[in-house]
Amino acid sequence: METKKLTCIVCPLGCHVEITKNDGTFNVTGNKCPRGEKYAIEEMTNPTRVVPTTVVIKNASLSRLPVKTSKPVPKKDIFKVMELINQVEVEAPIKTGDIVIENILGLNVNIVATRSMKSVI
Amino acid sequence: MKYDIVVIGGGPAGLAAAVEANKNGIKNILVLERDRELGGILQQCIHNGFGLHIFKEELTGPEYAERFMDELKELNIEYKLNTMVIDISEDKVITAVSPTDGIISIQAKAVILAMGCRERTRGAISIPGSRPAGILSAGTAQRYLNMEGYMVGKKVVIVGSGDIGLIMARRMTLEGAEVKAVVELMPFSGGLNRNIVQCLDDFDIPLMLGHTITEIRNGNRVTGVSVSKVDENLKVVEGTTFDIECDTILFSVGLIPENELSLKAGVELSEVTNGAVVNESMETSVPGIFACGNVLHVHDLVDYVTEESRKAGRFAVKYVKGEINGDKENVIDTKPLNGISYIVPQKLRTAYLDDNVSLYMRVRNVYEKATFVIKADGEIIKEIKKTHLAPGEMERLSIKTDLIKNRNISELTVEVVEEVK
Repeated sequence: METKKLTCIVCPLGCHVEITKNDGTFNVTGNKCPRGEKYAIEEMTNPTRVVPTTVVIKNASLSRLPVKTSKPVPKKDIFKVMELINQVEVEAPIKTGDIVIENILGLNVNIVATRSMKSVI
Repeated sequence: MKYDIVVIGGGPAGLAAAVEANKNGIKNILVLERDRELGGILQQCIHNGFGLHIFKEELTGPEYAERFMDELKELNIEYKLNTMVIDISEDKVITAVSPTDGIISIQAKAVILAMGCRERTRGAISIPGSRPAGILSAGTAQRYLNMEGYMVGKKVVIVGSGDIGLIMARRMTLEGAEVKAVVELMPFSGGLNRNIVQCLDDFDIPLMLGHTITEIRNGNRVTGVSVSKVDENLKVVEGTTFDIECDTILFSVGLIPENELSLKAGVELSEVTNGAVVNESMETSVPGIFACGNVLHVHDLVDYVTEESRKAGRFAVKYVKGEINGDKENVIDTKPLNGISYIVPQKLRTAYLDDNVSLYMRVRNVYEKATFVIKADGEIIKEIKKTHLAPGEMERLSIKTDLIKNRNISELTVEVVEEVK
């Protein structure tokens, strides 16, 4: 039997959940919604995170475009994802949701723009 | 220039208030924004976690802002950018300046204050020393990094564990900096729990609770800090000092509502929130001047800002339409008691309450297993059990209006009762 105390990070409520692993089954307590149970089990088996960051943008009123992973990626891959994102340069105009990198690291996750930026030329 | 409603500030609060006012039937609205674009501070908050209450999905700051900006534009609500309001008079004449219009004067029937807040600085917490390069407020560093594309340092110590500091600890780490520590004076963090997990724990960044920096060492740039333990009276414990080498110090030591304009308009401020004293409609002590968002009290969730601002927008419309007839009716004062630092709104006019009353508040300490006890003139009307309370997490309590309406109540109190361990 293995017990872990976690803070759920699915939403800003931050429920304090306790998860117990027993013969391959999980028992989760302290969560206020079903997402908390899912989070706790994932945290024990394969923790994932959404990675928000920026890429260089040309011809816009600012020099950085905010982007994020379209889905959470495994925690262990975060720095590899960052390395690839940091090599990218885009050009305005950009619309929210535009794909900046497709299927990053073969994870079936895209890097998408999180704001629109007009071209200034 | 004449408008029915003028909104000061085009951040999340101002946008939500303007959109809601328009939807409630007043079209003659003007939003004044001093930055070169709308969206306010959300534009630099590129992390996710916004919108879970309002949109039932997790958005980043810019995405959240863009939804409201799009709506504002679809509704053809007028706005002026690069326009800084420098004065508001009690009779609602607004003076603003902009490079294109020069000095302009606008008469409003109702004003919505949505100017947000600004960061407390190193000076605000009186840390002595000279002024080397490498000392910034966390929010300034956030703007540099996320919008302008400047990396502010390589070895970082963050002072204060507010949310912006925690978020910046992760952000700087992702961009290749080494964040040596987050130093927090209090025995608990001022930030959201989830941010401690995903911003510090995920990257093994130490959170030093009950510690403070006692010296900044520097040449032209910061070279290190001395950190010491503090006791329960927040006094430095001798012999506990150690050094951390760093080239950058970020301060995340709280936010102050930006109320210079409110004062000029004669609005009464609360000494606790540093924001206006408001009633159930988010109306200040000056009839027809409303306040919402971080200028009213500092929020940790933008969703609550939106909720509160929509209310301000809705009631500004009622005011303009003449549907609010003064304070003659039963007015209830809300009062924080044991364990609670403040409650917003401070006054409830029962005639204008919706079916439910939302009370926003912060607790003074960390509590595990405690009960909010709500009393009307000393009589318990509701108890709400909570398993975890912290000053960094704003609480919103909802009570049914029926419990306090038509009962001639003069005072509504809220207190925290901790369960005996």
